[in-house]
Amino acid sequence: MAVAPRTPPKKRDWSWRSQAFRGLLYQIIAVLLIGGAAWFLAHNTAENMRIRGIQGGFDFLKSPAGFDIGESLFHFDSNDPYWKAFAVGVSNTLRVAIIGIILTTILGTLIGVGRFSRNGLVRGLCQAYVELFRNVPVLLQLLMWYLLFTELLPEIADARHIGPFFLSKGGLSFPVPEWSSSHYFTMLGGLIGLGAAWWWRGRTQKRFEETGQLGSMFLIPAAIIIAAALAGWVAGGMPTTWIVPKKGEFAVEGGGSLTPEFMAVLMGLVLYTAAFVAEVVRSGIQSVARGQSEAAQALGLSRGQEMQKILLPQALRVIIPPMTNQYLNLTKNSSLAVAIGYPDVVSISNTALNQTGRAVECIAIIMLVYLTTSLSTSFFMNWYNAKSAIRER
Amino acid sequence: MKQFRTKAALASLLAAGAMLSLPAHAGATLDKIKKNGQVVCGVNTGLAGFSQADASGNWTGLDVDVCKAIAAAVLGDANKVKWVPLNAQQRFTALQSGEVDILSRNTTFSLTRDASLGLHVTGVTYYDGQGFMVTTKSKIKDAKQLKGQTVCVQSGTTTEKNLTDFSKANGLGIKPVVFEKVEAATGAYFSGRCVAYTTDASGLASVRNKEAKNPDEHLILPQLISKEPLGPMVRRGDDEWFAIAKWVIHGLLEAEEYGVTQANVDQQKSSQDPVVQRLLGTTEDTGKLLGLDKEWMGRALKAVGNYGEIFERNVGPKSALKLPRGANNLWNKGGLMYAYPVR
Repeated sequence: MAVAPRTPPKKRDWSWRSQAFRGLLYQIIAVLLIGGAAWFLAHNTAENMRIRGIQGGFDFLKSPAGFDIGESLFHFDSNDPYWKAFAVGVSNTLRVAIIGIILTTILGTLIGVGRFSRNGLVRGLCQAYVELFRNVPVLLQLLMWYLLFTELLPEIADARHIGPFFLSKGGLSFPVPEWSSSHYFTMLGGLIGLGAAWWWRGRTQKRFEETGQLGSMFLIPAAIIIAAALAGWVAGGMPTTWIVPKKGEFAVEGGGSLTPEFMAVLMGLVLYTAAFVAEVVRSGIQSVARGQSEAAQALGLSRGQEMQKILLPQALRVIIPPMTNQYLNLTKNSSLAVAIGYPDVVSISNTALNQTGRAVECIAIIMLVYLTTSLSTSFFMNWYNAKSAIRER
Repeated sequence: MKQFRTKAALASLLAAGAMLSLPAHAGATLDKIKKNGQVVCGVNTGLAGFSQADASGNWTGLDVDVCKAIAAAVLGDANKVKWVPLNAQQRFTALQSGEVDILSRNTTFSLTRDASLGLHVTGVTYYDGQGFMVTTKSKIKDAKQLKGQTVCVQSGTTTEKNLTDFSKANGLGIKPVVFEKVEAATGAYFSGRCVAYTTDASGLASVRNKEAKNPDEHLILPQLISKEPLGPMVRRGDDEWFAIAKWVIHGLLEAEEYGVTQANVDQQKSSQDPVVQRLLGTTEDTGKLLGLDKEWMGRALKAVGNYGEIFERNVGPKSALKLPRGANNLWNKGGLMYAYPVR
């Protein structure tokens, strides 16, 4: 609040001309209006539903859903309650969102960096990619991938296979290791390796800051993790049984599988969002002062080292906030999956809405789910942003 | 500036609230229709034989004809209908909120819908059942051969639940692939993503005849897995309007039973049969009891013909859909269509 320029200020001047008083009054009015509007909307909806004899409430979440879901990360039976059906939907949404965000970041960064390549062809291709994919609506891209998968792939009955991998209109089937308790050892080994790799990176960084000697920040830590996981696997008794998909009478059975719906959604979202991420990365790198690049060259750093050690760390501060937006966009765009039959939370909710007629409730659940995931993403990215910001002394 | 923005935001919030507040007009649907000079009818966005718009925006189909008959009975002109195409998810909300006066959109009656959606079922205009369509190439002859197969289905219908019930009862483990739009579901089936497509048998016939490149390559399995009585719905709370819709449907059936057709409705006015006389309002004024005039049913019949004619024209053996009359025949001809006496 602005302080009156006159000194000493009066304690409080409760007249209409007092800034403090008007400020308070406006705030009270604003709160009352917002509260009133919210109350009006809620009351009006409830009242109209009552008049029309439409039943409401969230009690339906406990009753059996009565419909099957095509793909699910965990077991779902049609006798399970509605809330579990929603949980399946949320897990399917998160599966696309999380894998999508990881792949988008990798692909987008590569393309963004590629725009600074000294090779004209690579530069041109990266630019063409960005222009092509960001200028076609994402729904169209999803439909295109889905059409390509369902039209061009071989029939389910005569699936093509390369080794143990089967590809058909039914999706991609691949072998998965048969779960046994000894796999816990492998996981434990991997976790220990992760800790060791973290420690290694910290040590290398410290040594670099003290002596200027460069060490491996990626390959050796990666090797540590793999070696530790392998050691855990050996300690667990080297389980080697895999569930390999087999061609059945009508379909490919067994093993893990990715449906064409999932692949189309993932591919469409990743390729689309990566174009935006590439632009974010490019703008971030360009924001680093030219002198930094020249200084790096003067020090005799290679082009790769210059990018990795000098440009990207500084660009990160500019990159992270818009990157958060792209992650949120990807997550929210995954709701378009309903158009191509992927059972995400919107699809499940649509079905639930129609079985129960609880429109307001089902829409509220969708909103809550997207709000929660978006706020969590923002929260994490803000934390990361604060961490990588310039530390002012 | 800041305060202005807050005010603008609040104003838009209030405006949104006003739009959400539904018009309260219990018992006034007929008055509204007469005042506006049109019946607002919710129909399917496109289902050959039931409701379909041609290139110049003319709607045809069995569901469409029911609305036309009601418009003719109420307003005297079968063309005074505003068509509102609705998808499966919009339909109930559109009716509940008063956006449409009647929902004539191949909608199944069930206890949940009747008891919890604030809607009334007026009468059955088509007895249907859910079936499967497969390619002849798949060599599937019986629905029980669908074990472990993928089946394409549209969301927001009773179809999804029936499929699950059938799969569970027979231990088939059918994998549904659920699409929001019917075009997407049929498209996925025709491209080979799913082994079968499931919906009401009438819908299957419609899809096979209108969308398949070669209808002979697709087989509709004879087995039906559910009962689907389809017919128009109205909002609860307006019994007058409910009665009009109900009795127009019964009138169409009664006319078929007593041989009153679109062509002979004028001659039939001089009929000596008391049932026909009552139906066409030459002796008793049945329309008055419904809040209409005595010519109500005569006009409806002149506009669209009796139920048998509507059926033949839109979905019957001579139409593109070639559906047999089956359960939709009159009660005295081995079917389920039974008109309550219009008297």
